Amino acid sequence: MLKIPQKTSKKLIDKAGIRADGRKPNELRPTKIEVGVIENANGSAYIEQGKNKILAGVYGPKEVHPRHLTMLDRMLFRCRYHMAPFSVDERKSPAPSRREHELSKVITWAIEPSIFVERFPRTAVDVFIEVLQANGGTRCAAITAASVALADAGIPMRDLVAACASGKVGGHLVLDLMDVEDKMGEADLPVAMMPNLNAITLLQMDGGLAMDEFEQAVNLAITGCKQIYALQKEALKARYVAVKKAVEE
Amino acid sequence: MPSIIIPIMQQKQVAQAISKGKRLDGRGLTDYREVQLETGIVSSAEGSARVHLGKTDVLVGIKIERGQPFSDTPDKGVLTVNAELSPLASSMFEPGPPGVQAIELARVVDRGIRESEAIAVEKLCVIPGKKVFVVFIDIYVLNYDGNLIDASAMAALAALLNTKMFKYELKDGEIEIKPGYTKLPVKDHPIAVTIAKINDILIVDPALDEEQVMDARLTMTLGKDGRVCAIQKGGSGHFTAQQILEAAKIVQEKSGEIRKLLVKD
Repeated sequence: MLKIPQKTSKKLIDKAGIRADGRKPNELRPTKIEVGVIENANGSAYIEQGKNKILAGVYGPKEVHPRHLTMLDRMLFRCRYHMAPFSVDERKSPAPSRREHELSKVITWAIEPSIFVERFPRTAVDVFIEVLQANGGTRCAAITAASVALADAGIPMRDLVAACASGKVGGHLVLDLMDVEDKMGEADLPVAMMPNLNAITLLQMDGGLAMDEFEQAVNLAITGCKQIYALQKEALKARYVAVKKAVEE
Repeated sequence: MPSIIIPIMQQKQVAQAISKGKRLDGRGLTDYREVQLETGIVSSAEGSARVHLGKTDVLVGIKIERGQPFSDTPDKGVLTVNAELSPLASSMFEPGPPGVQAIELARVVDRGIRESEAIAVEKLCVIPGKKVFVVFIDIYVLNYDGNLIDASAMAALAALLNTKMFKYELKDGEIEIKPGYTKLPVKDHPIAVTIAKINDILIVDPALDEEQVMDARLTMTLGKDGRVCAIQKGGSGHFTAQQILEAAKIVQEKSGEIRKLLVKD
């Protein structure tokens, strides 16, 4: 039997405004960030946001390869977003898809404004992001983890970049969409920002929103980013407390 | 390696003009370059359109073929958008498989058409789960002078409005093409408007010299009822929330102007 998916489903959110996984409209998924998880990397972070599990590792500043990409006045900053073949229901080919190419680029654009690239001429910094398990909103979780990994690597930054999506599901504006909400809902609006500078560095959308809904959705996503920002800072502090203890012993 | 000296001088020139409310080519901050449209210029394609946006020149050809639906949308036809940045269009483009710029361009145009539900894909289904029509939208950039997204989205919409659809009948479970054509069912008219930010000033339709010095860009695609269907921020700069809402207002006004140029009714 063919299952024909509907664009909107009543089950995604009930009359009391409770979502399929029991969350309120403006509630984030349970989120955990860990710092310093890859031995070889100069900096690294791991994030679990709901059922998403994502690793980010930073290598650099280092020499630029290939060499002709060297810039005399600034660092070459690159992010690579990649999904493991087993991270989704149907096996994904390990070769980077068009979606992964685009996401690598928009993630690079989302994080680069936070870095003092002009302080590291002729160098490269690479951030490698591996999505181990995906359940909607991976680009945002990836940005959140990558920014923490860069801080762990000691790269000078203007602010952390925190990311969170908002969207419209079953007629309601909601925060931090999971996979079913993204696929069956009416709109998805991922946002990344530097909360201290009020600077939005990633904004994408697909679906349909009236202008006033769009405005509300941007503001809702910003509140999500601010909550994520607090978790990022907590994770970094916890890491330094752990290092300090280890040194003192 | 690109020289860094010329862009710095250029940046000053472009930015100085913009701070005075002018642009190097004489436009106001929210003016588009002149749009020229030709349709139905490739007879081997089911639909085609060529858009000149100032010196930017984009040709879109549409082919329709028989194919299979995706498993998650068994009752819908398939839409595929591809972009080629031909090396004949600019010394900045090189032969080879599509790079990230071409991929982003195709995906942003795709999102506008898909999310606005411009094509009635449900009418392109012949046997659910088995046989549907596939609409291939191929974007060919012929001359590059900035703002490929808006020019390509315009050409894609104009080509869709000009696309003919086969008449067919089912014989023993196979699609048989009959002579004659109908119109491809087009329900909405998505218009993409790109805004660039240069030194905290927003401008519409950045030309290449402006793209090279912009901090960031924001593309919003609006359906004909004014709803927002797709957004893409590009470039390694930022926007404030205030600037995004300001951009949205400009896009509302500009998308109406462009739609009038493309859609005659």
